[in-house]
Amino acid sequence: MNLVPEHLIIAPVLIPFIAGVVLLFFEDRARSVKAVVSICATVALLAVSVMLLRMAHTEEDSGRIAVYLLGNWPPPFAINLVLDRLSAMMLVLTALLALPSLVFSLARWHKAGVHFHTLFLLLLMGLNGAFLTGDLFNLFVFFEIMLAASYGLVLHGSGLLRVKAGLHYIAINLVASLLFLIGVALIYGVTGTLNMADLALRIPQISEANRIMLESGAAILGVAFLIKAGMWPLNFWLPATYAAAPAPSAAIFAIMSKVGIYVLLRLSLLFFGNTPDFPENMSLEILFYSGLATIGFGTAGVLASQTLGRFAGFSVLISSGTLLASLGLVHNGVTAGALFYLASSTLAISALFMLIELVERGQNMASNVLAVTMEAFGDYDEEMADEEIVGVAIPRTIAVLGTCFAACAILLAGLPPLSGFIAKFVILNALFNPDESGQAHLIPATSWWLLALLILSGLATLIAMSRSASARSGHRRSIPPCQEYC
Amino acid sequence: MELILSLGIGVLVGSGVWLLLRPRTFQVIIGLGLISYAVNLFIFSMGRLVADKPPVTQAGTRIDPAMLADPVPQALVLTAIVIGFATTALFLVILLATRGLTGTDHVDGREPD
Repeated sequence: MNLVPEHLIIAPVLIPFIAGVVLLFFEDRARSVKAVVSICATVALLAVSVMLLRMAHTEEDSGRIAVYLLGNWPPPFAINLVLDRLSAMMLVLTALLALPSLVFSLARWHKAGVHFHTLFLLLLMGLNGAFLTGDLFNLFVFFEIMLAASYGLVLHGSGLLRVKAGLHYIAINLVASLLFLIGVALIYGVTGTLNMADLALRIPQISEANRIMLESGAAILGVAFLIKAGMWPLNFWLPATYAAAPAPSAAIFAIMSKVGIYVLLRLSLLFFGNTPDFPENMSLEILFYSGLATIGFGTAGVLASQTLGRFAGFSVLISSGTLLASLGLVHNGVTAGALFYLASSTLAISALFMLIELVERGQNMASNVLAVTMEAFGDYDEEMADEEIVGVAIPRTIAVLGTCFAACAILLAGLPPLSGFIAKFVILNALFNPDESGQAHLIPATSWWLLALLILSGLATLIAMSRSASARSGHRRSIPPCQEYC
Repeated sequence: MELILSLGIGVLVGSGVWLLLRPRTFQVIIGLGLISYAVNLFIFSMGRLVADKPPVTQAGTRIDPAMLADPVPQALVLTAIVIGFATTALFLVILLATRGLTGTDHVDGREPD
């Protein structure tokens, strides 16, 4: 029975891959079959991820690292998958995000275009692969699978707005992929290996002459990941794309920007964690300050955004910026808080993207009322009449939506009692109490900057969300109460 | 050989970046194509430039690494070409869709005033 847990590591890649490919053989009219298969695959994925997390987690401090050699080739040559607690956590998070997004899509979105389920499952495959892989080039391949599927999902449902945003999104990500390749090639040219563990061993032994090549390779690679993570000033594409994407796609995209951060965390520690100048490395300083700039940009964006979709897009940036700045500090306690923040903020943003669509659907109600009036005046639009059957906004729905919206606001703003507060508190606590002694000591100015921006971004989120909530409830008063019709 | 290759890569990247920054979608896709050629050549060159050395051996012969070219970059290039081809094809579809929906080939979907 020893066989089963060992091969379980590859299951998060295989399950969505097989399910996604099998679904290609069904016509798009067989929607119920597709829905059942993809829901089953996602549930299986969640179960497997939880099992893997239990496998990776041990009571001892270090956890367990499991390596899976594909084809059982000897280690430095094999393409391998590596499971540790961090990758297992990301797997669980992905599956946790995927399930509600998929269920949400069944209400309407999966009918809006072809092959939604296949694209969705292949996106999951790319995500899981990127979290598990222990090989740099394999990481590129999984990134491309993820991106190719995401191009399809951004454009799902078509329409002018999506195609325009998709054009920018694809062009930028293609350039990022080329940067990724240049970085990988440079690192291979210097070290002669692509295996991440092998790289960690070889990099400290690189001669001084080759070091500059290696570091420029790593920097180019880093830029590729930072584009995906949404670091300022490489992030102007992000809010527009996420706002234009259909809600279930946007909900799963919430974790795509975190893939960049995950890889940065993993590779920076693996490659340069053993080098002598590590904690004072300039790249980490850049990471910290650009993280601060990203929080600032996101905060301004949140306050300035007119639509809720763009608001959620800028929230992604705040979350990315917080993570980048925290990782740039390279402190165990701060990183632990940042990882908790990662899970909490990703789930909140994902929920927000889906909620927004429901709220905007309520907005369509208002325009539907207008459409009815227009019909009375003989200005009848066929398309608007179709929209009408979508849903009747009864007060109970509004109450549920409002509560969820408020919960998202509290999570993103970081107010007690929800997890957003705990995450920010852990980060700040580690920031001001680095050695956990409680002794007074000199606090660097950078810590104050991070503190100020974290609190300010939370305040801005709260202001923007309460503003949009009150604007919406004001809107609804103009609609006649629904009980009269029901 | 090194000089010719590096000049070639440089010219391809230079023209590619220039085209990428142009406002028309067709220029952008050609620019992306040129850069991806350059990147492929670059990956290939990372296996060192050698002549008359095969990347694969016949079974049963004695293996002398000095007599062989590095096969890994060649395999990487192959993967990169396939992925690049697929994504370029996809981008071409989006490009045509934008042209159809907006009626212009400007990257922002509208002509500048």
